[in-house]
Order: sequence, then structure tokens, then C-alpha cells
Amino acid sequence: MTDLAVASQGLTKRFGSQVAVDAVDLAVPRGAVYGFLGPNGSGKTTTIRMLLGLISPTAGGHDLLGAAMPDHAADVLPHVGALVEGPGFHPYLSGRDNLRRLDAADRTAEARTSGARIDAALDRVGLSAAAGKRYRLYSLGMKQRLAIAAALLQPRQLLVLDEPTNGLDPQGTREVRTLVGQLAAEGATVLLSTHLLAEVEQVCTHVGVMHRGRLVAQEPLAQLRSDAAPRARVLTDQPAEAARVLRTLGLTEIAESASEASGQLGAVAPEKVVASLVHDGVAVRGFAVEAPSLEDVFVRLTGRGFDVSG
Amino acid sequence: MSQADVRRRVSSRFLTSELRLIAVRRRNQVGLAALAAVPVVLAVAMKVASPEGPPDRGDGPNFFSQILGNGFFVALAALGVELTLFLPIAVSMLAGDAVAGEANQGTLRYLLTVPVGRTRLLAVKYAGIVMGAFVAPLTVAVSGLVVGLLLFGGGDVTTLSGTQIGFGTAVLRLLLICLYLGVCLSALGAIGLFLSTLTEQPMGATIALAMLTVTSWILGQIPQLDWLHPYLLTRHWTDFGELLRDPVSPGGLTPGLLSAGAYIVVFLSAAWARFAGRDVTS
Repeated sequence: MTDLAVASQGLTKRFGSQVAVDAVDLAVPRGAVYGFLGPNGSGKTTTIRMLLGLISPTAGGHDLLGAAMPDHAADVLPHVGALVEGPGFHPYLSGRDNLRRLDAADRTAEARTSGARIDAALDRVGLSAAAGKRYRLYSLGMKQRLAIAAALLQPRQLLVLDEPTNGLDPQGTREVRTLVGQLAAEGATVLLSTHLLAEVEQVCTHVGVMHRGRLVAQEPLAQLRSDAAPRARVLTDQPAEAARVLRTLGLTEIAESASEASGQLGAVAPEKVVASLVHDGVAVRGFAVEAPSLEDVFVRLTGRGFDVSG
Repeated sequence: MSQADVRRRVSSRFLTSELRLIAVRRRNQVGLAALAAVPVVLAVAMKVASPEGPPDRGDGPNFFSQILGNGFFVALAALGVELTLFLPIAVSMLAGDAVAGEANQGTLRYLLTVPVGRTRLLAVKYAGIVMGAFVAPLTVAVSGLVVGLLLFGGGDVTTLSGTQIGFGTAVLRLLLICLYLGVCLSALGAIGLFLSTLTEQPMGATIALAMLTVTSWILGQIPQLDWLHPYLLTRHWTDFGELLRDPVSPGGLTPGLLSAGAYIVVFLSAAWARFAGRDVTS
């Protein structure tokens, strides 16, 4: 028994001359909620497609739930619920009939319990009332919910959710977040691909960041944040003065704006900063030591924030 | 590790689901209704037209001239007419949709992650096409038989050999004709399944397959290409008239069945070779 739910070694995919995914070594511990981050086009979805065996890697390989893929796909995939690149259903069937079809296709599913499992999945994503409606009449949010329901038709050990809150209203987004929390509490491992950092900060235990096809960071969320240097932030109407004091004290990466100055603390004690500011007569309106937001960390890792990777 | 517990059942649930999916689709229902309408139009037109009927072109089995005498021939004439284009189009719609339709809607990736093995998916998809290939000519035949009997009455049927057979025997022969055409159309469906694995646009595969059928008919009409004729898909389709001889010559349909079998084997293999390892990016 391995302690990794997803483990890839040098996973690489080339499309023609373009390297979409470049030697990715994913390590998703069992029980983790793993936030899979990256700008659009950074290779997240291609990686997920390889993990699920939809496309074959140019090089490298991976295990899901301790079994080698794609050789053991028939044994492993029934334990994996997946939402890949948005919902995909038959428009002229109702939501329930679409789930029925997927359940019928599953050779490990029991026909006897099919109805009950489908109802439970629909209920879990709040779609019971609209289950009989044709899929083509669904709103984007309802489609997304149905796709999540499809991933929950059977008890799963691993859920691979590619942008599950895409198209959901704030209420729906919160519901999905709660749902992911519940699934993790029930013991499932969740691989959550997203570009909503708020989502990651609230539900994820681990983070992997993709940039231009490479996995540029992968660690527990807490560690990623503590690795990042804290900054001292001074609210003042004399930002230039404050910045000068910070610089004298040895803070680095000083920044100033109309109403504040800030700098990376390094080894300097925050108390000393406050004392110096007061001593030099800088009018301090507020002072804070802040760990950089996940967004700052993310932008530092991927350079250009949310631009599309070329 | 609980993967060992996974039990894979042998079940017809997916096949049933596939057949149901085809059956409930409005487009397919309308298509089937259109197939059934042709013999009705044909019979009504014959009824109101001049009693002589159209001239016999002497090209393959032509059952028009006999319709006025016996409603049985409405079914045969309709099958002959629809075999050139309507029946192949009906099968093309199904076959073109098989894999490309799932890819186009994004359902293919979800079926594969269920997981449905790719070979199993192709098998179930082809089973759906074959069902359509048999249902389509049967629908034409039943519709033609019913409207023919209503407008022209039944009675003993004169075979192509000039002898008379009873109406019941004739209906049995009609059923065999439908089965023979079902096999021919299944061969067309196998090509369609292959085309359907090449694209994510179901209409593209459908149109390509319909054009292929038409091309095959046209090439079959060009005497200079007689070296090609034995290999043409549609070459033996009109052999179904053999079943209206008395007695039925046992070898009459063999070339058609062998040709269809060869097409099925070749193109199912091609579909599998293409689809089994393909990257699914839809």
C-alpha cells in the first residue's frame, strides 16, 4: 500500500513540436485536497487527461491509487470520479437519464442500486428538482452540477475535479467547496484543478503549481506560505519617510504608494521597525506583518500571473 | 487495497442504454418515419396515376409494373427505390454519429473514464448501427406491405421465374430480403464506424459515407470500370431479387454476403486500430 493517490514520474506530452507537459512528477498524498494551480494553457488539463488515460504520454508514466496506468485502468478508474474540462452530456436526455447512461456503462456498478445512487448523487449537488429536465435546458451552473453528480455515482477513493466551480454562482461555489470538504472528510483524495486562489486557500491541504508545462512548485499549502518571506506594511501619510526608515533598518524589496510603505522583513524584528518609525517621527496610522497572499506566491512562481502561457 | 474487490459484471446494460439512446432521439424517429412514408407516397401515386404505370426499364428487378396487381410489390418497389439513397443515408446518420457524436458532445471522455474499454465501446456502438441497419429495411417493408394491401389487395405472388407462390411464402421471402439488406447495410455501417473515429464532426462522417455510397453506385454504372465492379460496396445490393426466384438458387446471395463480410472485417479492424490508441482530446 502506497501513501500516494497520484504519483507520476517524468510525465511528458508533446503535441508536434510543442511540449504541453514537461517531465511532471506529481505526488498527491492519500487524503489530501491537492490544489492543482496554473495559468490557462499551462498544461493542467493535458496532465489530467493523461492521468485518466484519455491521452497517452510521450514519455514517463504514472500510478493511480497505487496501480500502474493505463495498464490497470479497468481496475482503478471505477474508484476515480472525474470532471474533465467541463460537463459533457447528451442534450436531448434529462439529467437523470444522462446519469443512468453513465451508470449503465459502468461494469462495476450494480443495476439494483442504480436508481438510489443516482438520486443520492443528484441530491448531493442540489439538482434533484431539475433531474427530469432535458440537459439542453440546463443553465451552465446546472450542467456543472450534473457533471459533479456523475463523478459521485459510486463511492470514490480519488476525485479529479477540473475547475469544478466554473460557471457556478457564489452560492454554488460555496456549496462545491463544502462538498469537497465533506468528500475529503470521508477519506477521499481530491485533485482540484483551479485558478481560483480563494478556493485553494479555503479547502486545499497541498498545492502544485504548473507553469508552461512544468510543475514549478509542489508542497503542503502551509509550507508554501511559510517559505514565503513576510513583509512589514506601514500605513502612513509620509510613505517616502517611512520607506527611508525601512531601508535604513535593512529591509529589502521596499515598495511605497500614496498611503503606505512596505518591505520584506528578513531577520529584522517587527518591534524594532515600529520603534524606529516612531523615533524618526513618522506618523504611523497602522502597522502589520503579513505573509504574502497566495496570489503573490503564485505570481512569483508563474511570473506573469494569469496570462495565457504560450 | 480494494482494487482487487472490483467485480466486472457481464451485463447488457450498456448495450440497452445505447439502443435506447438511438431510439429516443427525435432525429432518428423522424428519419424512420420518412423511410416509412416513401412506400405510402409511392402506392398513392400509383393508385391515382394512369393504369399503365411507368415503363419497365429492364434494369435489375423492377417491381413497379406489378404493383397494381398485387400490393405485395409496393414493399419490394419501395425497398428498391430507397436502397439507392434513403436507406444508406439512414445508416450513415447512425454510423457517423457513433463515435464522432460522443466526441462532439464531450460524452466520449466521460464514457472512457467510467471506464468503458475502447474495444467494448466500439462493439456496443457497432451493435447499435447493426440494429439500425436491420430495422430500417424492415420498416420500409412493413409500411409498404400494409399500404399495398390496403390499396391494391394481396393474393398469390408471381416470382421472377414466372411461377406462383402463396402470399405467406412471399412475406417470408420479403423478410429474408430485409435480412439480406440488413447485412449489406451493416457493411456500410462498418465503414461509417471507421469514419466516425476519424473526426469529431458527426455530420462530416455522415456526409462522407453517403457520398461514398453514391460514388459506388455511379462507378457501378460505368462499363469501362468493370474491373472495379466486383469490389464496389453496392455491387451486390440489388441481388436481393434472387430471393424472388423459384426455387431460390442457394448460391445467388453468396457473393453479396461474402463481400459484406469482407467489408465488415476490414473496416471494423481499421476502426479498432484507429480508436484503440488514439488520444481523446475532445
